[in-house]
Amino acid sequence: MVVLSVVFGLMNGTINEVGNAAMEGAGAALELCLAMGGIMCLWSGVMAVMNRCGFTDALSRLFRPILCRLMPEACRDRETIAAVSANISCNLLGLGNAATPLGIQAARRMAKGSGGIATNELCMLVVLNTASIQLLPTTVAGVRAAYGSASPFEILPAVWLASALSVTAGVLAAKLLSRLIR
Amino acid sequence: MDLSAVLVPALLSITAVVGLGKRLNVYDILTDGAREGLKVLVGILPALVGLLTAVYMFRASGAMDFLASLLAPALEAVGIPPETAGLLFIRPMSGSGALAVGSDLMAQYGPDSYIGRVAAVMLGSTETTFYTIAVYFGSAGIRKTRYAVPAALVADLVGFMAAAFAVRLFFY
Repeated sequence: MVVLSVVFGLMNGTINEVGNAAMEGAGAALELCLAMGGIMCLWSGVMAVMNRCGFTDALSRLFRPILCRLMPEACRDRETIAAVSANISCNLLGLGNAATPLGIQAARRMAKGSGGIATNELCMLVVLNTASIQLLPTTVAGVRAAYGSASPFEILPAVWLASALSVTAGVLAAKLLSRLIR
Repeated sequence: MDLSAVLVPALLSITAVVGLGKRLNVYDILTDGAREGLKVLVGILPALVGLLTAVYMFRASGAMDFLASLLAPALEAVGIPPETAGLLFIRPMSGSGALAVGSDLMAQYGPDSYIGRVAAVMLGSTETTFYTIAVYFGSAGIRKTRYAVPAALVADLVGFMAAAFAVRLFFY
């Protein structure tokens, strides 16, 4: 990207601006981190309290029936489906650091005996994890607050709708492609 | 009344009340969690310094405008504002890169502008697809990923279109 910028800068005669921009960018990064730091720390604290209150467990129970429909094989093994639903719940609460190890644990159990070829259900787990399903996108709200948004969280309904459509599209695409690509 | 205006105070108070009801040490858990958040922040800062520098240079050189103008007809056809072209490319590949490009868009156009809101919703409703696929399949020892990549990219593309659509629906 940097090399491209310099090439473009020379071509367009904007190389002075490119040089100045390089100095500005680093400062802007630190300013952004400082400005969104408060909101990020606060919410990661609140999410930790929610987790300890049992919100994640409640969400897991809520999602288990839906997940069992998407992955009937995984549902036969108690520990696998427990890891999958905990993974999805942690993702929903934005606990990325907790979600990943749970997802990996589930993926390993599901991959057993597959001989290195992804099963349909493992693909489904990965698609569910690549389509973000976060209830409170706190980092984005932090950035919005940092740049002086009047209401950093007002984008929530739009984020939920977009996430829901994106996850649905991913699940449908996975279902469809699982018949075409063996 | 704005739903999100009520949501934040409601979530905070419900969490506090439920936590106290369960006799948890709410304050200690909160500060521990906040410390985790600070670690994440410190972790992304060095990457953000490098990436925002690159984004600023890329934009100043005119390369960003060139990319946007190249893709504008196709993006407009599906309802995506062409200004977000850079974000679309980097989103599946790098989380901190997408944060850098997205926050630059919010700074440039304003967080409460159409472009700023679309960029925020795009960031909030998609994931670092390739990274996630690599982590999951890598740790599970999968070598043949079959259709996981195209299916995940379909989800991303629909997510981008839905982000622009949802912002128009809720704000304009």
